[in-house]
Amino acid sequence: MDTQAMHIANGIINGPVSAIFVVVAVAGLAVCVRKAKTDLDDRLAPMAGLVAAFIFAVQMLNFQVLPGVSGHLLGGTLAVILVGPWVGALCVSTVLIVQCLLFADGGLTAIGLNITNMALIGTAAAYVLVAALLRILPKNPGGLGATAFIASIIGVVVAAMGFVLQYALGGTTELSLTGIAATMAGVHVLIGVGEGLIAATTVVTVARVRPDLVYALRHFRKLPATTTAKVTA
Amino acid sequence: MRKRLFLIGGLLVALLLAGVVSSFASGSPDGLDHAAREGCTFDADDNITGGTCMAQQEGEHQLGDSPLADYGIKGIDNEYVSTGLSGVLGVLVTFAVGGGLFWVLRRRDKV
Repeated sequence: MDTQAMHIANGIINGPVSAIFVVVAVAGLAVCVRKAKTDLDDRLAPMAGLVAAFIFAVQMLNFQVLPGVSGHLLGGTLAVILVGPWVGALCVSTVLIVQCLLFADGGLTAIGLNITNMALIGTAAAYVLVAALLRILPKNPGGLGATAFIASIIGVVVAAMGFVLQYALGGTTELSLTGIAATMAGVHVLIGVGEGLIAATTVVTVARVRPDLVYALRHFRKLPATTTAKVTA
Repeated sequence: MRKRLFLIGGLLVALLLAGVVSSFASGSPDGLDHAAREGCTFDADDNITGGTCMAQQEGEHQLGDSPLADYGIKGIDNEYVSTGLSGVLGVLVTFAVGGGLFWVLRRRDKV
């Protein structure tokens, strides 16, 4: 069986819109690099490299969602929970760039589109959901697993809608936008369930083995950690 | 030391998934590809035979001739070996590039 391309190919979205999204992606990644510097320390940096490598591996594992249709993990939610939103977006981007340059997966011209959808939009949606859900759910492996599952489903569908937006702006074929939106949303709910199961299994495993390495358990607290730390200063 | 053990363990899992499990992944078009093919009819060799769909506009990848294109290694005929080795290489390259980037970006203040 041949493993095939998994991301937006060249030619699906026209040149000008692809170029605009290269600018969007570069600007978004520049913000992420700036913000990531505060999060990255000697402990998080190697962990983030591992998260990127793990997402690359799992993206190769297409699972069947319908007869003749498969899906794979995008990784936004997993990355947000394990290494935080800024570093997480950079992890997913690293994977997409390696896939594009080395494995000819995801068009070179489409790299801005793919990074915007999966690394920026998908991760941002996941971040909002994870931060909100961890206010309600307990901060233990069970709560973290439930958070990963729910945030994955919604995050994947939101990322898929990024493509629909790009198609609306610069699609090269005359097709019904509502038809595409419906197909994309329907399939990606199923893919999101698959992603949710993988992400939940992964974060629960890490939370059991090394809870100190889970960003979400350290950072998404009800009160910012700095307010309590200042007392002794 | 525990930290190193976790990293090594995690990498081994990633290598196992990309190197072995990947050969058993579904070969069906993924969600996006499925949407791109909607509206067209295909023959047994997957060539478009009619209709209108996004896939008709799909261009060749600029790096389609790269030795690792489409998750295989050019010149290796055994699919399992080809897919598996390309996956192992991908995991190692991603870890090196990502890890290297994050190591350079990290805060230097010792806490």
